[in-house]
Amino acid sequence: MSDILNLSALELRDAIASGEVSAIEAVRVYLDAIESLDKEVCAYNEIFAERAIQQAEEIDKKRSAGEAIGTLTGVPVALKDNICTSFGLTSCSSKILGNFHAPYDATVAGKLASAGAIVLGKTNMDEFAMGSSTENSARQTTRNPWDTSRVPGGSSGGSAAAVAGRMCAAAIGSDTGGSIRQPAAFCGCVGLKPTYGRVSRYGLVAFGSSLDQIGPLSRDVADAAMMLGVLAGHDSRDSTSVDKPVPDYLASLDKPIENLRVGLVKEFHSESLDAEIRAAVDKAAEIYRDAGAKIVEVSLPHSRVDIDADGQLSSYAVACYYLVATAEASSNLARYDGVHYGHRTAEKVGGIVELYSRSRAEGFGDEVKRRIMLGTYALSSGYYDAYYLKALKVRRLIKNDFDAAFGKCDVLLCPTAPETAFKIGAKTADPLTMYMSDIYTISANLAGIPGISIPAGLSESGLPLAIQLLGNVFGEETLLRAARMYEKANGATRLKPEMVK
Amino acid sequence: MTEKKIDSELIRHIALLARIEMTDEQADALGRQFAEIVAYVDKLGELDTDGVEPMAHALDVCNVLADDLPGESLSSEQALANAPARDGDFFEVPKVIGDSQ
Repeated sequence: MSDILNLSALELRDAIASGEVSAIEAVRVYLDAIESLDKEVCAYNEIFAERAIQQAEEIDKKRSAGEAIGTLTGVPVALKDNICTSFGLTSCSSKILGNFHAPYDATVAGKLASAGAIVLGKTNMDEFAMGSSTENSARQTTRNPWDTSRVPGGSSGGSAAAVAGRMCAAAIGSDTGGSIRQPAAFCGCVGLKPTYGRVSRYGLVAFGSSLDQIGPLSRDVADAAMMLGVLAGHDSRDSTSVDKPVPDYLASLDKPIENLRVGLVKEFHSESLDAEIRAAVDKAAEIYRDAGAKIVEVSLPHSRVDIDADGQLSSYAVACYYLVATAEASSNLARYDGVHYGHRTAEKVGGIVELYSRSRAEGFGDEVKRRIMLGTYALSSGYYDAYYLKALKVRRLIKNDFDAAFGKCDVLLCPTAPETAFKIGAKTADPLTMYMSDIYTISANLAGIPGISIPAGLSESGLPLAIQLLGNVFGEETLLRAARMYEKANGATRLKPEMVK
Repeated sequence: MTEKKIDSELIRHIALLARIEMTDEQADALGRQFAEIVAYVDKLGELDTDGVEPMAHALDVCNVLADDLPGESLSSEQALANAPARDGDFFEVPKVIGDSQ
């Protein structure tokens, strides 16, 4: 039943519910797919084959005994390696957590389990989610299933590659500056970053606590809606999780939105944008226009994308982000001290500061060190006002721009990334160039609003193209319906790379 | 915005604050990238932010309080399970008092 791999998570769930496919069949087909493809793609850090088979057998037993079927019963999923699970490792693709066994399950892991999902494994990522290519991993280099000489994007690159490579039905990622949406765009899948506070972050290893949000990567928009329904909801263990009812995202999904107003961000439509991506955004605007939507031009001056004399992209939002996110990271990552858990230097040390400093020097990779250092600098005495406080004020200006824009429209239409998947190694020597990969996604995290990347077909060279929609705070229902309108009309959904054909 | 040059002395100072040991070579290499990144974020200085209220958080929530109720927590065994070194029910560390740093 190799067809199982071509079913969406929703279709597979229905097939299992109706008895057409058993959970064990589904799990075995996916484990076989991982076995044959992941040597090349390297999406998974760890695979839980035995556990998955055991769970599938239990599900099949329960199902034949007539027990109720959950939203994701029997659906094989993958988790990014920064989501704590009480089984296996939670390494964040870092040497410092290389042997870390979390003592509890993240809230989302618990929710997935309650819904009946089967976790196939933990996926590779940029160390502590810091990166845009998954190359900053202490574990391995993940390759893009569309072209294995290219990166899958990042930081949730393993999750995106696993979804695109048909090595799981859907996956979970985290998005601090674009880490779900950009890899989804690079790998040709749907990636949804919910509103800050929509999904509990309890058990997500913290990077930038005011920016981090968990969300799904999936084959299509319906799966994203179904997954969000499972993940969302209030959690008393995350004080930033918001107590708002969770709508049935799936039930309303196919209802087109009447009088939809789509905002085109004039500052995003710059010369710097890849021509094919720009054409995809233009085509999306046309699709909405044809569907009766009103296209309005909006302005986000503080998220403006500039191109400097050297051809380097540039934006206030990116500058703001790299102060806010690194400041939060420097504080969050202070907990890795070689004492409570994680790597500790094997060398003999003279005192406690030397123990901390050497363990951290050995355990963190270069990008993580750079960001901790930048954040420490931005928060340090004499620089706090000039950097951190300044960035918080600019963050307010960015948010104000979005508030004004959403006064004129319901969703914003823009690119997800400035280019298609780049070559492995192309940007590793120049951190700033790598940072610009998130230039269209980063403002949503600063503003706390939801965003979704949707496949837009293939480029001439056969790489996935994508568009992005941004919604207002807690506007996921509108966002998903608008995404579905585009997906249906454009038809370029469930793209499948050559290597899995 | 930058009041001080990014030199190896500053890098060493930040590295100490961040508790990351660094060789001279690493500090030099990092210093160059660091200077470039700092020059980039200096771009925010172009924006007039007088009178703008800083935004620390995306949500308008503050002081979320939980009821003070007894609940489940990790056992000492669970809490110590990942410790690189332990002594009975304690995390083991080198001598703290009298540490020259």
